[in-house]
Amino acid sequence: MVRAVAAVEMLATCALSRADSVAAFAHDGALSSWEVFGQQLVTGLSNGMIIALIAIGYTMVYGIIELINFAHGDLCMLGAFFALTVVGALGVDQWGGAGGTAGLVMVLVGTAAFCGSLNWSINWLAYRPLRKASKLSLLVSAIGASFILVNLGLFWGGLPMEVFAGGVAAAAPKDFPALVPNTNLLGEESLVQFTPKDVLVLAVTVPLMIGLTWIVTRTRLGKAMRATAQNPVAARLMGIDTDRVIGATFLIGGALGGFASVIYALYNNTISFQMGYRAGMDAFTAAVLGGIGSMPGAVTGALVIGLVRSMSDAYLETRWTNTIVFGILVLILIFRPSGLLGSRAKEKV
Amino acid sequence: MIRRTASIVAALTGAAFLLAAAPAQDSAGKTLKIVSSLPRTGSANAQTTSMVNGIKMAIEERGGAVDGFKIEYEDMDDASPQKGNWDPAVESSNAKKAIADETVIGYIGTYNSGAAKVSMPLLNKAGLVMVSPGNTYPGLTKPGTGEPNEPAVYRPSGKIGYFRVVPTDDIQGAVACEYCRNDLNAKKVFILHDRELYGKGIADVFKKTAGATGVEVVGFEGIDPKASNYRSLVTKIRAAAPDAVFFGGTTQTNAAQVLKDLRAGGCKVPFMSPDGTFEKAFIEAAGKDNVTKEQGGVYITFGGLPSDQLTGLGAEFVKKYKAKHGVVPEAYAVYGYEAGRVLLDAIDRADKKDRASVLAAVAATKDFTGALGTWSFDENGDTTNKTMSVNTIKDGDFSFLKAVVGGAAKAK
Repeated sequence: MVRAVAAVEMLATCALSRADSVAAFAHDGALSSWEVFGQQLVTGLSNGMIIALIAIGYTMVYGIIELINFAHGDLCMLGAFFALTVVGALGVDQWGGAGGTAGLVMVLVGTAAFCGSLNWSINWLAYRPLRKASKLSLLVSAIGASFILVNLGLFWGGLPMEVFAGGVAAAAPKDFPALVPNTNLLGEESLVQFTPKDVLVLAVTVPLMIGLTWIVTRTRLGKAMRATAQNPVAARLMGIDTDRVIGATFLIGGALGGFASVIYALYNNTISFQMGYRAGMDAFTAAVLGGIGSMPGAVTGALVIGLVRSMSDAYLETRWTNTIVFGILVLILIFRPSGLLGSRAKEKV
Repeated sequence: MIRRTASIVAALTGAAFLLAAAPAQDSAGKTLKIVSSLPRTGSANAQTTSMVNGIKMAIEERGGAVDGFKIEYEDMDDASPQKGNWDPAVESSNAKKAIADETVIGYIGTYNSGAAKVSMPLLNKAGLVMVSPGNTYPGLTKPGTGEPNEPAVYRPSGKIGYFRVVPTDDIQGAVACEYCRNDLNAKKVFILHDRELYGKGIADVFKKTAGATGVEVVGFEGIDPKASNYRSLVTKIRAAAPDAVFFGGTTQTNAAQVLKDLRAGGCKVPFMSPDGTFEKAFIEAAGKDNVTKEQGGVYITFGGLPSDQLTGLGAEFVKKYKAKHGVVPEAYAVYGYEAGRVLLDAIDRADKKDRASVLAAVAATKDFTGALGTWSFDENGDTTNKTMSVNTIKDGDFSFLKAVVGGAAKAK
C-alpha cells in the first residue's frame, strides 16, 4: 500500500517534470520524448508503406513462379526516372492548384503503366524462355536484368534535360521537384510533423492494397493466379493459360512498383540510378520477414521494417539500424522459418 | 634438347628485335609519361573533368615537352559504374598498370583519400612519385593525426613518395568549427558523418575542436550513405535542438539528402559541410529551395580559395580556362593544374629523367611559385599553404564569404 502511494507520487513527479521540460524546451523548438515517439511513428509508417508497395512486387512474383526478381528494385528506379522525365517535359511542377493535382495523378498512372509494361516485357524476354530451366538460371537472369536496368538508369540521368541538371553529371543524385507541399497539417505550432506527403503515401498505398486483395481473392484472374501458384501443371490442365496469368502478375507487380517509385520520389525528393538496390533490398527483406509469397505478410514485414528503422534511429545510434533490422530477420527466420504470416508450405503436396 | 635450342633461338631473335627497335625509339626522342587516376565515372565527374583539363593545360603551357623529353599524358578512371564512386579494385589496378609501364614517371591522384590508401603503398614500393590534387585526410602524411600505424603503413620503402598540393582536413575541420562558433554563434552542434575515411576524419577534427573551444556537441552519428531518407534521424536532431548541423561527407555519400530531410523535417539551422560538397552537383541534388538562407543557410569550407578569388597565376589560370573551355572551372581544377605544374617542374629540375631523380626533385620543391601562391612541400610531403575559405550558396551558386589562414596543424 505504502509502496503504491510512493509509486503514484513518483509518477506524478515525473509527469510534472516532463511538463516542465516541455515548457523549457518549447521555445527553442526541441521535441519532448512523446513528440519524438509520435514523429517516429509517422516517419516509420510512411517509410514502411513505400517499402510495402515494392515488397508486394517481390512477393507476387515469388508466389507464382518461385523467382526472387532481383530486377524489381531497379525497375522502380527506372520508374522514378520516367516520372521525373514526364514532370520535366510537361513542367508539371509549374501547374499548381487543381491542375497540379491532375498532373500528379497523371504522373502516377503513367509511371504505373510504364513500369507494368516494362516488367511484363522483362518477363517475356528474360524469364519466360527459362520457365523449364532450373530455378538458378532464372535467378541469374534476374540479376542480369537488374544490371541492365541500372545501366539504363545511368544513361537516362545523362540526358540533356533541365531536370537532370543538363545531364552533365549522369550519376549525380537528381532533385525531384516538390509537387506535394510540406506544410504541417497538425498546425504551425505542432512540433510533430504530419504533412501532405504522409497523407499521400497512405492515400495511394491503402486503396491500392485493398484493390489488389480484391483482384486476388474475388476475380477470375485472381483465382487463376492462385491456381497457377499452387500447381501450374494442374492449372494448365484445367484450361488456365498460365503464361498469360504469369504475365499479368508481372504487369500488376510492376504497376505497383511504378506507384511506389513516384511515391518514393515525392516523399524523398531525390532519385539516383543506385536507389533501386537499397529500395529493393529493404522490400525483399520485408517480403521474407512477412513470409515470402504472402501479400499481407509483405505489408506487415514492410511496416515492421519501417518502424524498427525509425525507432532504432531515434533511440539507438543510426549505425546500428541495419544490424538490428537484419538481426530481427534472422531471429524470425529461426523461430518461424516461413516468416510472420507465411503459410507453412502445405499447399505443395 | 630440341626445346632448349628452340628457346635460345627465340631469345636471340627477341634480342635482335630489341636491338633493332632501340635506335628507332632513340631517334624519335624520348617520351615520359604522366598518368592521373581520378573518379571519372559517377557524380564527381564534373569536378574531375575540370581537374583533368587543369593537368592538360599545365602540360600544354610547356609545349608538351620538358627538357627535350616529350610528355605524354593518360587520364585513368578509378571509379566503376557499379559503385558510381571510386573503387578500390580499379584504383589498385591503375597503380599497378602505371608501375608496370616503364615510361611512367609521375602519378597524379587520387581524388578520394580512401583511394589513396590503396595505391600509396604500391607506388611507394615501386618508387614512383605520387602527387595528389585532392586528398585531404591528414593521416595519409601526418604522424599522430590518424590511426597509430599511419602514415608509416603507406611507406613500405621507408621513404616519402607521396605529396599533396591541398591543405589537410585537420586544418579544414578546425576552421569549420571556429567559423561555426564565431560567425554563426553556434553553442550546440550536431555532428554527422558518412563513416568513410574522409567524412569521419573531418567530423572527428570538428568534434575535437568543438571540445577545445567550448562548443557543446549534442550528437555525433555515422549515417548510412545509401539510405533513402534520414527523416527519423532528423527527429533525433530536432530533439537535441542544435544551433548548427555539421555533416562530414560528400555529395556522393548523400549530403544533399541529409540537407533536404533536415529542411523537410523543420530543422532550419545552419548546415555546414566540407569541400566534398563544394561542387555544382551538390546544389543541383539538394534543390534550389533547400539551400537558401531563409531555410537556415548552407556553409561549405574549402581547402583553398574558390576560382573567382584566386590571384596572380591562379587568376590567370581561371582566365585561360574560361577562354578555352567556356566555363568557370570547378573548385579543384586549379589543384589539378598545380599538381601538373609542380610535377613538370620537378621533371625539369631532375638531372636524370628516371623515377628516383624525379621523386627526389619533387621532394626538394621549395618556394614554388604556383597558382596557389608561393609554397613548399614540408618534411611529410604536405604543402605549406594553409589558406582556407568559407563559402555559402546564393542564387543557386556558391558565393565566397571569407578566407581563413588555418593554424599550424596540431598533433594529438
